[in-house]
Amino acid sequence: MTTTAPPTGARRRRRDDTRLALAFIAPATLGLLVFYFWPLLRGVWLSFTSWDVLTPARFVGVENYVEMIGDPVFWNAVRVTALYVVINIGVQTVVALLIAVLMQRLSRSILLRSLILTPYLVSNVVAALVFLWILDFQLGIGNNALEWLGLDRIGFFTSETWVIPTIALVNVWRHMGYTALLIFAGLLTIPPTMYEAARVDGASEVRSFFSITMPLLRPILGLVLIVSVIGSFQVFDTVAVTTNGGPVDASRVLQLYIYEKAFAQFDFGYASALSVALLLMLMVVTFLQYRITRAGQTDLS
Amino acid sequence: MHRTTTSRRRTTGRRLAATTVLAGAAGLVAACGAGPGSGGGVALDYWLWDANQLPAYQACVEAFEAENPDIQVRISQYGWDDYWQKLTAGFVAGAGPDVFTDHLTRYPEYAARGLLLDLDGLEATAAVDPDDYQPGLADLWVTPDGARYGLPKDFDTIALFYDVNALAEAGMTPEDLEGLTWNPEDGGTFEEVIAHLSVDANGVRGDEEGFDPDNVVTYGLASNGSGGAEGQTQWSWLAASTGWTFTDQPVWGTHYNLDDPNLHASLAWYFGLVDKGFLAPYEEVGSSPNPTQALGSGRAVLSSNGSWMIRSYTSLEGIDLGVAPLPAGPVGHPMSMYNGLADSISAQTEHPEEAARLVAFLGSADCQVIVGEHGVVFPAVPAGTDAAVEAFAEQGVDVQPFTDLVDDGYTFFFPVTDGYGAISALLTPVMDEIYIGSRDPATLADLNDQVDEIVASGSTGG
Repeated sequence: MTTTAPPTGARRRRRDDTRLALAFIAPATLGLLVFYFWPLLRGVWLSFTSWDVLTPARFVGVENYVEMIGDPVFWNAVRVTALYVVINIGVQTVVALLIAVLMQRLSRSILLRSLILTPYLVSNVVAALVFLWILDFQLGIGNNALEWLGLDRIGFFTSETWVIPTIALVNVWRHMGYTALLIFAGLLTIPPTMYEAARVDGASEVRSFFSITMPLLRPILGLVLIVSVIGSFQVFDTVAVTTNGGPVDASRVLQLYIYEKAFAQFDFGYASALSVALLLMLMVVTFLQYRITRAGQTDLS
Repeated sequence: MHRTTTSRRRTTGRRLAATTVLAGAAGLVAACGAGPGSGGGVALDYWLWDANQLPAYQACVEAFEAENPDIQVRISQYGWDDYWQKLTAGFVAGAGPDVFTDHLTRYPEYAARGLLLDLDGLEATAAVDPDDYQPGLADLWVTPDGARYGLPKDFDTIALFYDVNALAEAGMTPEDLEGLTWNPEDGGTFEEVIAHLSVDANGVRGDEEGFDPDNVVTYGLASNGSGGAEGQTQWSWLAASTGWTFTDQPVWGTHYNLDDPNLHASLAWYFGLVDKGFLAPYEEVGSSPNPTQALGSGRAVLSSNGSWMIRSYTSLEGIDLGVAPLPAGPVGHPMSMYNGLADSISAQTEHPEEAARLVAFLGSADCQVIVGEHGVVFPAVPAGTDAAVEAFAEQGVDVQPFTDLVDDGYTFFFPVTDGYGAISALLTPVMDEIYIGSRDPATLADLNDQVDEIVASGSTGG
């Protein structure tokens, strides 16, 4: 049996592999085409139309984009979203890095790791609602604590200066544990021998953080940043639940504006144009981040 | 979520509606897949948004089914926020209701897209006499080209809610709230009352020496937010009592009067109450004000609100609820927005004549007396209104301040024009700015052309 025609058998098996591979890839490819590429193309097409869902879309060329460039609410939304991302990502990354390093250098308790992840298990909407109550101007325990300390009450969700920092920090609270865990996973790839060598050389904890941890963590940190920045740009639920874009336009982030244009004013064409703008912004930001952090390369070798 | 000011019939709750659109559409398809009722009869879908009214309309529908054994009606109720999205999704999918509760701000856009049936073209509804209803209500649902898109089901007006005990603490009686006057310059006796009812942390009243407006414990007037584009329960009644009107025509106006100094003066007075310490600042109430709660907790004393909210106020614990008329303005009497809902028929219905029979019944005295007896809203048929007044009296509330406005004709309509969604989106943040104090009401004049353009373009979004 084993002696009969091994070459043809091998060739046939290889051909079978290709077919099998295609069969395995097909569902994912189909899903990608149907649920990602087709909506993307359709969204781009709709951005060149005037469409209210109820009557057929009408091609209007670049009219939506011209309107967008002259739309102060759009530019305000870009500014507000950028401010949110800067505060959210800035604080979140620093805090998460700190937690991750503490977990690495001080305690490796599984219980601690689980505890740090708990805020992430709370849904965005619930977290937002709870903070809305905690920080309520009149009834919130947060403001009552401020008053007890002899400070003035703060309209966390109701004053134009505080609303974006507040929302950004609420989301930091929810996401920092998750981010810390991702960074922690990256820290585990750094060989402990490095730290031993540093200690033998008499380096302090701070010195080894900046000379060993940071350079070796860079690729992981870069990827974490890219993913979290994309997520941060898409902030919607926290805003929708707490302020609905207010006071005035102080928290009218891009996603909320897109949503309002589409589902409250049935201006799907313009909303699509806004979405395309957001897509372009994210592509540019992601590309820059990738280049700056050199996330594709490692210094570990 | 679209910017809903709490002025409209949205009772409670703000939910994230984004995810419900698709789910809603899917649910609709599934619901309609269940198909027409058994026994060869016709099944109709009827939608409404107010949960408080569901029992009343359930009773109505049962009475209708008893009279029309060949028709079965399935009622669905969705909260205000979800309602319009589900409805739109339903129209897109061709799976919406046959008959649904409609709002004045929404129907022009549906009518313009041919999504509603002209009720005068259907046998049962054409036979209804528009004069059967409280004055003016039926005409609100007729477009400039003469088509009728709704039969009135109820109406609402504005009055002042208060707690008799809170008045007594201030040494006042309910009689002191009768016959108040107001003007935008010094606020008249209305402002005197509000001032007297406001109390700061040291127990000093707003009309006494040394009142600290930055440290107020009880506000004379409860805040219901900025009121957005129409200020239904907040400032529209004040501005209208100066002789101001929203648009150049009672309905279907083409020009908004945002450039009228009377409006600016009224807004300046109303939102100026914040600095005086008589109205809670925006900072305190945010984007989801709750005047009912403010009244119930003693945070505020007077609360101007709509008749659809009576039930919410009567259900407050530990207060002795009273209702007072709005103050008389420079025109010599009070003015209130007069809004009404109606039932419309979807152009997609497969059973227009049966749907018309349902709408005619819902709009008849037979049904509206049943609704009135439930004591939730004021039905549009006078007999129904009387039944409601009686039912409210049994709940211990004298609702005459609401109905007097209609009897005396001291009312004006919700601004029925095209492009409500876009106008609301434009004006709501602006009104918030005025409330916060970072914008002068007079600058509204700068937006007038933009608003008129939205109306003229007749589009939904611009």
